[in-house]
Amino acid sequence: MAISENALKPATIASLAPFLAIGVVAVLLPFVGNDYWAVIGTRAAIYWVLVAGLNLIVGFAGQLAIGYVALLTVGAYVTSILAAGTVLPPVPLPLCFAAAAGVGALFGVLVGLPALRLRTFYFAISTLGFATIVTQIALAWRSVTGGGVGLAGPEFPPPFNTAWGFYGLCLGAASFATWISANIAHSRFGRALVAVRDADVAAEANGISKAILLIPIFLLGGAMAAVAGGLFATLQTYITPDAFTFDLSIMFFIAILIGGRGSILGPMIGTIVLTILPEAAAPLASWSTFLYAALLLVIVLAVPGGIADLIDFKNRRAITEERMIVPKPALLPQLFAHRPTPAALTLNGVVLAFGGVRALDGVDIVVRPGEVHGLIGPNGSGKTTALNVISGYYAPQEGEARIGGDPLPAGRPELRAGLGIARTFQRPRLVAAETVLENVMIGGTISGRAGFLATLLSLPGRGRDERELEARATRALQAVGLEALAGVKAGRLQHGEQRFVEIARALMLAPAILMLDEPAAGLSSDEIRRLGELIAEIAKQGVGVLLVEHHADFIFEICRHVTVLDQGRVLAAGTPAEIRSHREVVDAYLGR
Amino acid sequence: MEYASVFSILATGLAMGAIYALVGVTYNTMYSTSRVMSFTAGQLGMLGGVLGSAFVLRLGLPLVVGFALTLACCATIGVVTEIVAVRPVLKSLDQHLYVLSTLALSLMIQQVTAIEWSTEPQPFPRVFGIGSGVWDEKFWLPIAACALVTLFLEWLQKRTLVGRAFLAVAEDNFAAQVLGLPERNLRIAGYALAGAIGGLAGFAGGELMLAFFANGGFLNFYGFVPVALGGLGNNRGSIVGGLALGLFQQAANFWVGGVFASVAVFVVFIVVLLVAPQGLFGPTTARRV
Repeated sequence: MAISENALKPATIASLAPFLAIGVVAVLLPFVGNDYWAVIGTRAAIYWVLVAGLNLIVGFAGQLAIGYVALLTVGAYVTSILAAGTVLPPVPLPLCFAAAAGVGALFGVLVGLPALRLRTFYFAISTLGFATIVTQIALAWRSVTGGGVGLAGPEFPPPFNTAWGFYGLCLGAASFATWISANIAHSRFGRALVAVRDADVAAEANGISKAILLIPIFLLGGAMAAVAGGLFATLQTYITPDAFTFDLSIMFFIAILIGGRGSILGPMIGTIVLTILPEAAAPLASWSTFLYAALLLVIVLAVPGGIADLIDFKNRRAITEERMIVPKPALLPQLFAHRPTPAALTLNGVVLAFGGVRALDGVDIVVRPGEVHGLIGPNGSGKTTALNVISGYYAPQEGEARIGGDPLPAGRPELRAGLGIARTFQRPRLVAAETVLENVMIGGTISGRAGFLATLLSLPGRGRDERELEARATRALQAVGLEALAGVKAGRLQHGEQRFVEIARALMLAPAILMLDEPAAGLSSDEIRRLGELIAEIAKQGVGVLLVEHHADFIFEICRHVTVLDQGRVLAAGTPAEIRSHREVVDAYLGR
Repeated sequence: MEYASVFSILATGLAMGAIYALVGVTYNTMYSTSRVMSFTAGQLGMLGGVLGSAFVLRLGLPLVVGFALTLACCATIGVVTEIVAVRPVLKSLDQHLYVLSTLALSLMIQQVTAIEWSTEPQPFPRVFGIGSGVWDEKFWLPIAACALVTLFLEWLQKRTLVGRAFLAVAEDNFAAQVLGLPERNLRIAGYALAGAIGGLAGFAGGELMLAFFANGGFLNFYGFVPVALGGLGNNRGSIVGGLALGLFQQAANFWVGGVFASVAVFVVFIVVLLVAPQGLFGPTTARRV
């Protein structure tokens, strides 16, 4: 069966081996170490429960949440207060942790809200502000938190009340945390997170809404941090606001950066190393913050890619030189097994002005199903701007864009994929750090059926989604002729190859309308010819193709209809033959 | 409510507000020449107080000399920020590494201060010894400093070539380079100026906030709120935002108590960010596609 085949792949075993090794060491620790090691091991496991969640936010989604110690604090206080029963009647321990997870999730989203709309620095500051305030509240709200005196952490019943018993419990929690974060990381959600981090514009064009994607991640990260907080309070046996210094936030952060963004193994090693390190450097305790900060600076400046990058030998091997892109258009019908509902794309009197410049000045275009429509014109005539209006990056000031009978919601690029509109970009927007195959799979994000929870717990839907996406992406890569490079990181490809990866990604949608922004730039004449055949075959599947190009001959050869833009206006529109003989076009643009 | 408490809220609120506003201007000045915000802005405010106290009270230097040295040191720290934490990461602005590099430098400054100076708040010298009650210099000095900086920046931008070059770099960095403006030197000058403004904020507010290492983190947050309120890069917005923040905080302090005042400020900050992401005064949208 598919699952067992997958489990036996050597690549899968190789990627699991380091985790198994760490697991074996962790299980053997009680047989070789004393109680001192039990505490250190427990602490590393607890930190990892938090870092595993934070890693999805920082390492995968690239959102710089720097005050995460605040959520650890919240979790520690909620469990301790509920378990002690000083404010409410005592609550059973599992409920304490459930409550902490709930409160942590809530605050995780609350603090994360600015990240959904704002620049990185604003989010960093808001998490920092939250961290400051939580400590202030813990100090001042004496009747509940005990103020500076603090309060006792929750106590676990046997067998978890011994050092090694509690270690076992935390190890279990850490393993669970690893498992769920890996489930998310290796799913359409994980790939979408990385796309938001490295190629946010392309992410939107593929139907990924940053808000809808990040909210469950913030909930999860907050809940995991709060549960870690409850375990931390138990380990400490007694908590005061002093126990939650900003150092911890920095440490969590460094663990992720040292490990490498977009990796799970790296941050895990980072967490373990950073938990043991201060024990070895005890005489330097008063300088620990300084050393952490200096370490952070060195990592950022010297090895921004972290450990994961240093040990990634596979991607240092040279790619075969003299590779050619040979598309196989015959494979397209398989990708369009469910034919798109034919729908014409219409621009009607669209006006868009930037200040005094009318970039689009009353543009009308109709792209019919199954037709390749060329859009040409000199630089600055408004070609790409027209694509950006259709994609929803700009809202037209007058006129409207429609697909079929429905108006396109202006300024909502993340809704285009769902309407069957796909595109490529003039400057390819790929996730350089992910493989070509993973990049193409991003194009199928909206077709996934397994929800966040099903993915988190690896219910059968997730496996089905993954297999289906992978098969379809492989087929799309074969169709554009890049299957040989499926396992290579996209950043290592040549410009022309990257354009074909973008086409494959767009094909994943089986779109009704496909917009290509200068796909032939930088290709050899053979490759241009093959590209033309590919585009013609795509149109045969019932797709309306809108093609922006500079190569006039290429346009005249494969387009059925051509629109010429000049200074934001339609200078001419018609069949290639009509355009070729249009006097103004010849004078202004084609030249003779 | 008594008049006395109204005056007290006004005096403290405006004074703290002026300090926040100046730290906000520090953020803006760094941003305008480099498109980068730095976590060292708040630390510069903290250093203004600590260095002022160190030079005048600990080393016994005359006040004027201590003041000049404080500003010079803070300007140097500004330049160090540019060299160590900003310039190396400008190439990869889209990865936002500056958030981490400036945070690291900021923590290093704070920690060295904590160890080498003191972890307890230390007294700050009287500057002129003028005024008492709500008219005490500790209240009006920050306001006067804020007014002076505002006038100075207006004069710089309107009347001097350097100021116009600053504006040009802030407006369009690339075009400014093409025009042959010494973009790198202007950036260094911008960071030196930002450092001096931050130091002035700390020095003028020294009697109010004392010479305390933890002021750095505090000012990092409360100095950024006016930037968020007023719109990034908009100095007038920051000053209005800073004064409003100071008054709001003191009023909330009076009516609902210190902790809940902080919570109120934080909530207002988040709400404003969500409702008006570009700030209340000036939009600066970046082109994405």
